[in-house]
Amino acid sequence: MPSKKPLSALILASAMLSPLAMADIKVGVVTSSTGPIALVGIPQKNTVALLPDSAGGERIKYIPLDDGSDPTATVKAFKKLIDEEHVDAIIGPSGSGNAMGVIQFAAESGTPMLAPVGTAAVVLPMTEQKKWVFKTTQNDDLIAAALVDNMKARGVKTIGMIGTADPYGENWSKVMKGLTEKAGIKIVADEHFQRQDTSITGQSLKVLMANPDAVLIAAPGSSSVMPQTTLKDQGYAGQIYQTHGAALDPFLRLGGKAVEGTILAASLMLVLDEVPESPAKTIATDYVDRYTKIYGTAPATFGGNVYDAGLLLQNAIPTALKSGKPGTAEFRAALRTALEHTTEMPATQGVYNITPADHSGFDERGREMITVKNGGWALLK
Amino acid sequence: MNFQIALLLGQDGITNGAIYALLALSILLVFTVTRILLIPLGEFVTFGALTMAAIQMGKAPALEWLLLALTLIECGLDAYHFRSNLGSKRIQTMVLKVAYAVVMVVLIQMLPLAELPMAFQALLTLALMVPLGPLMYRLFFQPLADAPALVLLIVSIAVHVAMVGVGLLLFGPEGARTEPFSDTAFRLGPVMMKSQTLWVILVSILLIVTLFLTFERTLYGKALRATAVNRTGARLLGISPVFAGKATFGLAAFIGSLSGILIAPITTLYFDSGFIISLKGFVGAIIGGLISYPLAAVGAVAVGLIEAFSMFWASTYKEIIVFTLIIPFLIWRSMTSHHVEDEE
Repeated sequence: MPSKKPLSALILASAMLSPLAMADIKVGVVTSSTGPIALVGIPQKNTVALLPDSAGGERIKYIPLDDGSDPTATVKAFKKLIDEEHVDAIIGPSGSGNAMGVIQFAAESGTPMLAPVGTAAVVLPMTEQKKWVFKTTQNDDLIAAALVDNMKARGVKTIGMIGTADPYGENWSKVMKGLTEKAGIKIVADEHFQRQDTSITGQSLKVLMANPDAVLIAAPGSSSVMPQTTLKDQGYAGQIYQTHGAALDPFLRLGGKAVEGTILAASLMLVLDEVPESPAKTIATDYVDRYTKIYGTAPATFGGNVYDAGLLLQNAIPTALKSGKPGTAEFRAALRTALEHTTEMPATQGVYNITPADHSGFDERGREMITVKNGGWALLK
Repeated sequence: MNFQIALLLGQDGITNGAIYALLALSILLVFTVTRILLIPLGEFVTFGALTMAAIQMGKAPALEWLLLALTLIECGLDAYHFRSNLGSKRIQTMVLKVAYAVVMVVLIQMLPLAELPMAFQALLTLALMVPLGPLMYRLFFQPLADAPALVLLIVSIAVHVAMVGVGLLLFGPEGARTEPFSDTAFRLGPVMMKSQTLWVILVSILLIVTLFLTFERTLYGKALRATAVNRTGARLLGISPVFAGKATFGLAAFIGSLSGILIAPITTLYFDSGFIISLKGFVGAIIGGLISYPLAAVGAVAVGLIEAFSMFWASTYKEIIVFTLIIPFLIWRSMTSHHVEDEE
């Protein structure tokens, strides 16, 4: 059939042409915008529209995927991005557990992965596989150190802990155990609960019985509210500390009067109006303004973590372009090396100084001591 | 562990247990009448609570659109089904149904939601929620009412998963809690009791008594009971299985959303909290052998109490303890009761 010839020639031609059309840098973004951790994933998915659209003269194309908070779906999304889309880097996923499960696929294919997740376990201890992972959140111990310093300054001798029974809460228990020992503070109660629990009476009673000077609640999102309201209802009068997991506006709305006076350490995004001028502040303000313009509400910190991942890539891409074309293994390897040499780069969460040993790269400029005053966030003075 | 702590935990356990008891009764009711294990029951709880929260914040909960959409689909299906003999009475019912949904949409959009008295907010929530029960039965279960129990269970799970997704879409990922009915608290011996706990317990008891009276004394209640005892026999005596299904689903939607409204001031509820809550009601229903109402209620309260105390002693293993409970009861049940084959 002669009529097929022009067609096959066309297909051949388009196949030869397509590498040219694919010169764009491709970045996959995997978030959990549905399912149990949608609270984290939705601002992250929304942020994709704000990510830088070009770097080093090349256009960046983002391919967003939703994993429904399901670790299996995360693996599928990663495989699809790596095998079918041949992406140059992946931002995501949203959940700590989801991230732990895909490190090996990112490493085997040699694709840099920028994880906006809470747990430090994705980059620590550094292994051959974790070399491919970068984390755009403050490590728990950086935040914890600030809290412990504050406790010491206030003369706290004993603390009680209420955390979630998931990697977030467990890791905080671990980090605090080490830090408080050095500071001479004793953990007298360490209780756990599930995010969906309808009552935390038992745990808070146990903490009350131990009568600690202060209580630290380590829970992500709105689940950080109920332990605090329960403690207050039962008449606890000591200082209550929260982690950066509570640094969301629903915390204020749900907690009301019960969360007044809470102390936490978190990124400067919460108290932009109060912190002194800095490059990080300018970037964060710009991000928050643009986000608010599109979506009508200010972004949660989680969105900022994804935005930072975009900025890190934008910063590293020009260097990587010298070593190879986008879509090749050389380019991805060079991108990884360039990311690893990020120095003094300001972004919404603080200033990044990534080294081969530290793939999170924050210092104390990545955290502010914050308190709740008159129903709003305020810088702790 | 001293007396005061035991009292506090007991109070907590009974409050949760009362809610589990209500849910256990709805699960039992729906199961005996329709053979459906109502897994989406928990979604009625969360939808009720989150709708109430949205109304209190002065936001339209968007649930009214779901109601309107489902009503329109139902009427469309009905119109198609009865296309050959579409009597004036059927058309009248359809017009009434659509009119109700439209009125709800208008009410939600026009009323100053946040300023309404709390009782009216609760009524509005129930008015939105309860019709969803019969609608759910009509759309998803009525077409396969004669299918084996396993098929019904699978559909039930599918509806649950779909409703969790709809919940995320309608209410967002953030948790919500509502204002308590009243702020007063009073002293009972050494323990402070919040009035909301009393509300939960009182309303639960009231509801259980009302249910009991309905089933013992009224004709409709007896009809439902008859269907539960023997479906075929009830049908022969002129009790419509469609009516029985819709009525039980309506009742389940009512109990579920009322439970949601009751506990929303005590706890933070998320769009996906419902499953665990109804699962605990289910454990209670299992303790009652999916047959006995009083046993199910007692079992559900026991689940609440065990949960409260295990939360105190071994917080990390709380859920494991509660759900492991089901195993000895299943063994005991299967050893003592003789097995009755269902008519399928």
